[in-house]
Amino acid sequence: MRASERSAGDDEAFKKELVGLIPHLRAFARTLTGDPTAADDLAQDAMVKAWDARASYQMGTNMKAWTFMILRNQFYSDRRRSWRQSQLDQEAAERTLVAVDDPESPVALDELRLALNGLPAEQREALILVGAGGFAYEEAAEICGCAVGTVKSRVSRARRALQGALERGDYERDGQAAGDAMGSILAQADRLSGAG
Amino acid sequence: MTEKTSPKPGDRTSEKDAAGLEEARLRQQAIGIKLRHMFDTVVNEPVPDEFLEILKRADEKRR
Repeated sequence: MRASERSAGDDEAFKKELVGLIPHLRAFARTLTGDPTAADDLAQDAMVKAWDARASYQMGTNMKAWTFMILRNQFYSDRRRSWRQSQLDQEAAERTLVAVDDPESPVALDELRLALNGLPAEQREALILVGAGGFAYEEAAEICGCAVGTVKSRVSRARRALQGALERGDYERDGQAAGDAMGSILAQADRLSGAG
Repeated sequence: MTEKTSPKPGDRTSEKDAAGLEEARLRQQAIGIKLRHMFDTVVNEPVPDEFLEILKRADEKRR
């Protein structure tokens, strides 16, 4: 697998960059699986796969996108292997709500996570890559193996669906308070952007 | 927007529409901020030692 001209220095440089990407791989895996334990297993698999495939990576190109693509492929191939995964996803999402221990943001974060988990997988990943992962549409398209226009439409559908899910039911157009979830998301976003 | 008012002619409606659009924009912005926060919260977690141990073992195989 390893190119003969590959030096130990190349491997060291690769490893250093890969280690720096671990936190991002964990975050992406968490959004894909919705379950912290399954996410770390996935992120570890992706990390090892990336390491094993290091000879095929060109230093200086976008390693973050490259490793995200590996992680995503791993996620979907794992999913194909276990047919029941789609049902398990929902259970995992519910477990996550209990497992999440973030004193900073109680209700709204969980609501957002739940709404996010309710999206079709391809919309969720597109929104996460572009909206949270800091990828350009073009990079997200490369990671997902689809056209740029497809990513754009998935992101926009995901945004609408998320907003709809957060507002549904208890949202009152003329009331001072919007739905609880949306209202606290607005308040927290204010606080977060003020602090950042 | 799910809470669109029924279309009526006149300035009041377009004002309402504009306000509705602005509100939708604010909401999308808020969702975006929360989404990034959710992602960054995991990014900022300390990486479990397991990761580096696994990578170290994989690295040792090449020597």
